[in-house]
Amino acid sequence: MNKPLRRIAIFCGLLVLALLVRVNWLQYVRADELNANEHNRRVQIERYAHERGNIIVDGEPVTGSVETKGSDFKYKRVWKNGPMWAPVTGFSSQAFDASQLESIEDGILTGNSDQLFFDRTLSLFTGEKKTGGNIVTTLNSAAQKAAFKGLGDKKGAAAAIDPQTGAILALVSTPSYDPSVFAGNSLKDADARQQLLKDKDKPMLNRALRETYPPGSTFKVVTAAAALENGLYTNIDEATKSPLPWRLPLTSSDLENEGNIPCKNASLREALRWSCNTVFGKMSDDLGNDKMIEEANKFGFNKEIFTPVRADASVYPKDNRPQNAMAGIGQASNRATPLQMAMVAAAIANDGKLMQPYMVADRQAPNLDVIYTHEKEQLSQPLSGENAQKLQEMMQTVVESGTGQNAKIPGVTVGGKTGTAQHGLNNSEKPYAWFISYAKTDSGSPVAVAVVVEDGQANRDDISGGGLAAPIAQAVMKAVIDSKK
Amino acid sequence: MSVVTNTTTIGAIDAPSRRNTELVLLLFAVFISVFAYANVGLALNGELPSGMLGYGLGLALLGGIGHLAVRRFAPYADPLLLPLATLLNGLGLAIIWRLDQSERFQATPNFAPAASKQLLFSAVGVALLIVVLVALKDHRILQRYTYISMLVALFLLILPMFFPAVNGAKIWIKIPGVGTLQPGEFAKIIIAVFFAGYLMVKRDALALASRRFMGLYLPRGRDLGPILMVWAFSILILVFETDLGSSLLFFGMFVVMLYVATERTSWIVFGLLMSAAGAVGVATFEPHVQQRVTAWLDPFAGWGKLAASEQMAKSLMAFGSGGTLGTGLGQGNSDLIGFAANSDFILATVGEELGLAGMMAVLLVYGLIVERGVRTALAARDPFGKLLAIGLSGSFAIQVFVVAGGVMGLIPLTGMTMPFVAAGGSSVIANWALIGILLRISDTARRPAPAPAPSPDAEMTQVVRP
Repeated sequence: MNKPLRRIAIFCGLLVLALLVRVNWLQYVRADELNANEHNRRVQIERYAHERGNIIVDGEPVTGSVETKGSDFKYKRVWKNGPMWAPVTGFSSQAFDASQLESIEDGILTGNSDQLFFDRTLSLFTGEKKTGGNIVTTLNSAAQKAAFKGLGDKKGAAAAIDPQTGAILALVSTPSYDPSVFAGNSLKDADARQQLLKDKDKPMLNRALRETYPPGSTFKVVTAAAALENGLYTNIDEATKSPLPWRLPLTSSDLENEGNIPCKNASLREALRWSCNTVFGKMSDDLGNDKMIEEANKFGFNKEIFTPVRADASVYPKDNRPQNAMAGIGQASNRATPLQMAMVAAAIANDGKLMQPYMVADRQAPNLDVIYTHEKEQLSQPLSGENAQKLQEMMQTVVESGTGQNAKIPGVTVGGKTGTAQHGLNNSEKPYAWFISYAKTDSGSPVAVAVVVEDGQANRDDISGGGLAAPIAQAVMKAVIDSKK
Repeated sequence: MSVVTNTTTIGAIDAPSRRNTELVLLLFAVFISVFAYANVGLALNGELPSGMLGYGLGLALLGGIGHLAVRRFAPYADPLLLPLATLLNGLGLAIIWRLDQSERFQATPNFAPAASKQLLFSAVGVALLIVVLVALKDHRILQRYTYISMLVALFLLILPMFFPAVNGAKIWIKIPGVGTLQPGEFAKIIIAVFFAGYLMVKRDALALASRRFMGLYLPRGRDLGPILMVWAFSILILVFETDLGSSLLFFGMFVVMLYVATERTSWIVFGLLMSAAGAVGVATFEPHVQQRVTAWLDPFAGWGKLAASEQMAKSLMAFGSGGTLGTGLGQGNSDLIGFAANSDFILATVGEELGLAGMMAVLLVYGLIVERGVRTALAARDPFGKLLAIGLSGSFAIQVFVVAGGVMGLIPLTGMTMPFVAAGGSSVIANWALIGILLRISDTARRPAPAPAPSPDAEMTQVVRP
């Protein structure tokens, strides 16, 4: 009986061997795949099992974590001054995932990123409690506060950039929301989120990055830059040979100016000072669609921008002649995000060099070691230094004695441009009030800003851009300059 | 001047009893289990658990008493069986205790901690082991109860049919005041006794009286009868009690024992063919079995639609998250699997928290128990002992394979318990009894031949001392 017994012994050995092979297959070969499975609740549990790292502004965290009871998720995200910072941080909810910085930098914030591998391995031996790393932003809390307060209960957005580095200093969208209200996973959180989603004012929309508006007259600085760059005009004080009235090409209608302003043969400086539609419409038509697109692209139009949070692409499209002429004054199918228009102002203020906009300055490991620092990077050169200085002069005239006088700051050189963009079918809805500007000190420009207010006043006057948006831009610029002192 | 001279010329060469080896291994097994407790406590609460001393002492006491009983009543028994079983039992206790600490379980309405009960059942199990060692002086006595065993086993197997199904399988009986019992676990041992007794008597007839047909030895009809009966019976269990695991176990055990008794490969072929036919037949009309198969083929496909699929998928994800080294005891989320996490699916916790390394260690411990059992069968001098030992260790191996393979998705899930590790009174008690019988057989097998009776002539011889 011993021969079959030995065979049974081998058979039993094979059974155990099969189990050993299977367990290796499962736990070694397939482990990653199983861990990444969409049904694996451990991913969510792990994400909220430790205190999440913070998003830091001016050395102070604008986020935090609180311990929660009664669910699988141990920590809940909280925000300090949530509505103000939501366009920067995004949300991070136990039940509804995360967005924007909270989502993009999730690896660092949870401490699970590969970049933190050595850090994690080290704390495995030191027995330290696991926490997430921090994201240090470029934002300036004074500027953010000024913009948020300035927009108040109006619908709109503001973006401010440091022209010399591309660092984003303010990013505000109103009306906003408090991400804390649905950070948990209770029914109450779900209701709060539903409420926000149903709100017709779209509080969860990040207007500074994800909404494109017709830029209106603020786009005239791009048209002017295209004219200077292409040699259409070289002297900003020479007459432009623009007739008044000027008929839109291939149509039977004249392009109107807002009000009775001196636009006939106006120089570039005067045309921008008064915001002459006829002069800039003709300029766009003289340059042609291709050259206008080329210049707009150099300023960053027609592609998405990653800050690292994605900003929608602003659009200057291929178009026919009359449409191109309209696009040259920021109407028709021309659309831009507030961030894009802040970039336009920044490139001009930085003597023609457009820096890559960014909002993550450093990433920190949980032990506060810096594991990544943003190196400033030039995105393009939309115009030469010489032409940039000409445009600066023009924009400074706008603030000193033109439509943008509300942006004046005593003792500081300020350049700007107002805009009132028509929208709605046949200009039926309230226009958007725009203002883009920069401030300049002895050591170059510390801030460029774009502000858009959606529910502008009814009178179709460029002053509304100057009246509504310019004071907000002025407050932001002043906050930046004051905080540098 | 004291020169020790051995005056006997013929006598027993003392085979080493290896009892001290057993003691050292036992201490190691208890140490590992206590260490596991400390680990869980430190991971969950940052302090040594208050129950650690109690469970540690309890386990040490069980192992120690078992050891003393073996020393006294089966001194030549295999030294590995008791420590290996103690190790699994202790590890199981630690893991059950760890699952008791789960906040998710504590939040469920019918939560009752299982670890203390399991310790109690383990004590009953060890007591039964001692009873086996004391009462069963020679395993051949069991031969006398061949047909009584058959009746008892049949009774135990049929009994659960009259009780309501729990989680889809009718394998429990409810005794008021005592709790639930899985008679199948005990039937496993008793049916092995019946098979061993029956086959010992019939093996020659089965092996020799057969016709050769297409290279196979076909048995005579009257010898085939019992086999067909067992086959039909295991199918019946499957159908009426929807207990895949037990049917596979009984049939597998029978085929193994038949093969060993007759030394005919043809029996294995018959066995496989018949079990395949039975399984396919039942699977075509039994929804419970179909669900298990569906869940096995693609567990993630049935997510949200089929409870069995979801459970299976959760088990796979638990294994996956353990990875190579595991999350560490107390730091995994295997309790996401739900109600069966401490019984059928307890291996998922081992996989998640002790990782691939821990799983391989546990599987090898099971493998060692099985191979020590087979070794006992090889060493046994009587055919009944050989058959009984191989039957018990073979069924143990099949059970381990079926359960572990089930929770790891190697084969469809069947719903049996992992011997010693899983929470469950019947299982732990029955398996300790199984170890007791194997210890008894191995003691008989390894016991040195008695010294020859002194011859009267030798008695008369005078030893002349210098």
